[in-house]
Amino acid sequence: MSSRLINWFKFSSPVAFYPLAGRLGAWSGWIAAILIVVGLYMSFFVAPTDYKQGEGYRIIYVHVPAAWMSMFIYVVMAGWAGMGLVFNTRLSSMMASALAPTGALFAFLSLWTGAFWGKPMWGAWWVWDARLTSALILFFLYLGFMALQASIDEPRRADRAGAILALVGVVNVPIIYYSVQWWNTLHQGATIKMGGGASMDPVMLWTMLIMTFGFWAYAIAVAMIRVQAIILERERNTTWVTELVKAGGKA
Amino acid sequence: MREFFAMGGYGLYVWGSFGVALVLMAAEPLLVIHRRRSVWRRLARIVRLQSEETK
Repeated sequence: MSSRLINWFKFSSPVAFYPLAGRLGAWSGWIAAILIVVGLYMSFFVAPTDYKQGEGYRIIYVHVPAAWMSMFIYVVMAGWAGMGLVFNTRLSSMMASALAPTGALFAFLSLWTGAFWGKPMWGAWWVWDARLTSALILFFLYLGFMALQASIDEPRRADRAGAILALVGVVNVPIIYYSVQWWNTLHQGATIKMGGGASMDPVMLWTMLIMTFGFWAYAIAVAMIRVQAIILERERNTTWVTELVKAGGKA
Repeated sequence: MREFFAMGGYGLYVWGSFGVALVLMAAEPLLVIHRRRSVWRRLARIVRLQSEETK
């Protein structure tokens, strides 16, 4: 037990985490590439045509994974930010900052692909429906988090301010999730329910899950590389970074 | 082939979704790798300058 505790704390320091982040980033990158290629192949060549929406439904394979990731990354980001706030660990806050742009990217993609799906099926690119509006707010929360952090020069103060914004914004995540139940929305209900079965063809479900895991690995890969950049930027005046750079090698 | 790209009349919407996702998800890793590399190079230059000063 004690040895496990020591190991965990070891990686809470940027010195020990930096090389690990590099390895995790590289491995996740390869896993993401493989899963997304397989997922794309299945999206277009294996998954059957939908009986109601024809080929147009295939947008689901990028829309749903992107939307899931946008919510999941937000919770993880707020978790790291909160941990940085409570324990005053600088690496936790760096992790939160590293996740924000990727979360914003997925939030944008969920809105974009949603518009491209809404237009042919509903007849409108956008409606002020509860699900769509709360997803838009999620996108703005990411942008707000990044803008707030960028506007404060002192990194630790920026971390704390960002953490409070991120934690307050968590309330939006269950609102997005349950919006289709709480309000009468144009957006359809959840296809896959927590603690329940999925109301879709198994091949379609697998395609969606493979794409989701691919996006997941992608998010880990990008966040790990970004956290390395953030660590180097913030710790540039420390001996260990100087030694690391002196030892050479490529970034 | 043409039939595949037409996506049963939904071509614009399907390719508009997948296309933008692919472009952004290819651009982000490149940008982030570039960011890490440029920080590293900047630090390497500083370290080099400092070692020349102490000589």
